[in-house]
Amino acid sequence: MSAPSHIAAPLTAPPLVVVVGAGPAGARAALSAARCGARVALVDSGERIGGQYHRQPAVAGKAVAGGPDASAAHPLELAVATQPRIAHLPRTTVWALEPLPEPGPAPGRHLVHVQQGPADDRGRPVRTLAADALVLCTGAFDRALPFPGWELPGVVTAGAAQALARGQRTAVGGRVVVSGTGPFLLPVALALPEVGARVLGVYEAGNPARWLRSPAAALRDGGPGRVAELGSYAAGLARHRVPYRTRHAVVAAHGRDRVEAVTVARLDAGWHPVAGSEQRIGPVDAVCVGYGFTPQLELPLAAGCAVRGGHVAVDARQATTVPGVYAAGELTGVAGAPAAAAEGELAGLAAVADLADLADLADLAERPWAAEAAAHLAPPSPARLAAAASRVRSGRRFARALARAHPVPGGWRGWLREDTLVCRCEEVSYGELRDAVAARGADGMRALKLTCRAGLGACQGRVCGRNTAELAAALLGAPVADPHAMDRRPLAHPVRLGDLAEPPPID
Amino acid sequence: MALTVYVDGERHRALPGQTVAALLLATGRRSWRTTRLGGRPRGIFCGIGVCYDCLVVVNGLPDVRACRRELCDGDRVETQRGARLPTEELPPEPRVPRTDGDGTDQGARPGEPVRDADGVA
Repeated sequence: MSAPSHIAAPLTAPPLVVVVGAGPAGARAALSAARCGARVALVDSGERIGGQYHRQPAVAGKAVAGGPDASAAHPLELAVATQPRIAHLPRTTVWALEPLPEPGPAPGRHLVHVQQGPADDRGRPVRTLAADALVLCTGAFDRALPFPGWELPGVVTAGAAQALARGQRTAVGGRVVVSGTGPFLLPVALALPEVGARVLGVYEAGNPARWLRSPAAALRDGGPGRVAELGSYAAGLARHRVPYRTRHAVVAAHGRDRVEAVTVARLDAGWHPVAGSEQRIGPVDAVCVGYGFTPQLELPLAAGCAVRGGHVAVDARQATTVPGVYAAGELTGVAGAPAAAAEGELAGLAAVADLADLADLADLAERPWAAEAAAHLAPPSPARLAAAASRVRSGRRFARALARAHPVPGGWRGWLREDTLVCRCEEVSYGELRDAVAARGADGMRALKLTCRAGLGACQGRVCGRNTAELAAALLGAPVADPHAMDRRPLAHPVRLGDLAEPPPID
Repeated sequence: MALTVYVDGERHRALPGQTVAALLLATGRRSWRTTRLGGRPRGIFCGIGVCYDCLVVVNGLPDVRACRRELCDGDRVETQRGARLPTEELPPEPRVPRTDGDGTDQGARPGEPVRDADGVA
């Protein structure tokens, strides 16, 4: 798509920072940028500020433990609502992102194409924001590993159970098993009893490393707040008499048209099931799985940002490899809400500082707008930026410790059978995937998509992408060359064709 | 203030802010779509709009994510079988369009079907 020429015209000052995602990272980024004088558009697909971490109850009623109070808005929500330079765009999805062409360098200027209105409705108005800087805080979603029966209704991600319990006060089932790896399973297991579900067990596939059990290491990496949080989860599990077992996982779900029972097995250190340890648990009507998180990479990739180790690469002030584009929160690593908020704060400050710096650059003649824009800004002092950066560092340390403590070793591939689905959308089985690699020469993600349709469905490879890449690599005996090919989504979300017929207004 | 919505023609009460998926779960359903190829049942999976597994038909429009869509008064929700093309026509008239004597739905809690005096939903 080429931009209409008038978009490259000088900006209406003050400059516009577009923040995508209104979780703790995005909300803090919006606040810090706005307080430094920028105009901010805070775009989020949800109705309320808070994202997945501070999920606000959408349905009134008694609060769920560990969740926000029903009547009180989260402090972030109040702060955003009372900041006049922030325009919060709720129920708004970014469906495409394009760099804004103009004569001369225009770091960070992008067209952000959005659609606002009830989810997936027909005729959601399309509009385009012209961003002078972009802060991407699109977060992450639960990774689900495939296992026989994982496509049965009632098998859900841990995040789904959490969203339903906290936001909707609805239990995903009556008799529930939780399985996966990582400390984020614990608040899920505690939210379920609050909405009437009985949790039959939490099966942690890993062996939470020494640092989770060692107060000294946890204090060093996470700080006292984290230690207290983990302690409260342990107490909560005990109070609700929820069994918690490590080195165990749900390796199969059984049922005809919905999940009725599961098989739990003991795992060795590589996550291979220990023969003879299988145990059938039932009846159950829901299984919640979560094996860490997968960042929402399509917008950073559309902007051209480099990805390292599965996360968006950022420098010490949250700048990505693309000038004027910043990333914060789970896009850069998973360390919980306080760490995401600290990164957001820094990203917002850095975005304004860099916009103000543009005016000092030598090529001002090519960008007369920069000086006018900068006149509106009150950029943060170097000391303030340094303080924000130092708060980010402890979160990053915690993210690295968390990732080290909860690896996902490859033994899960042994849970699969010939007919186990690897791609849920296109119903592609492990056998079909293996044939595509072994018999039809598919040697990368794009080739797999075209030969066996894995990743070609409605979710655009979000659910199966990482698993497929690992399965293919194991079959090939080498990593696939294009592991993030499925994360490149020129259309970040499906758009109804009729909605594109009208040319969008530019803000 | 409760909303009145219809699920496959059956009248239900819903709460403002309630998603289609939450209502469907509250009615006891675990699946509300069948897959295009295998005809297999699917329901909610990721719960946050990523997986596109919980698709449902709302007011005649298919491929609406039940986990993301908040209910509006009068919404007509239908299960989705395989791939469906959008239709301009609304689904058939609900089987229980009329309300109880005073015009309110009495006694039904959100998620429970509203029953007429003769007990037929």
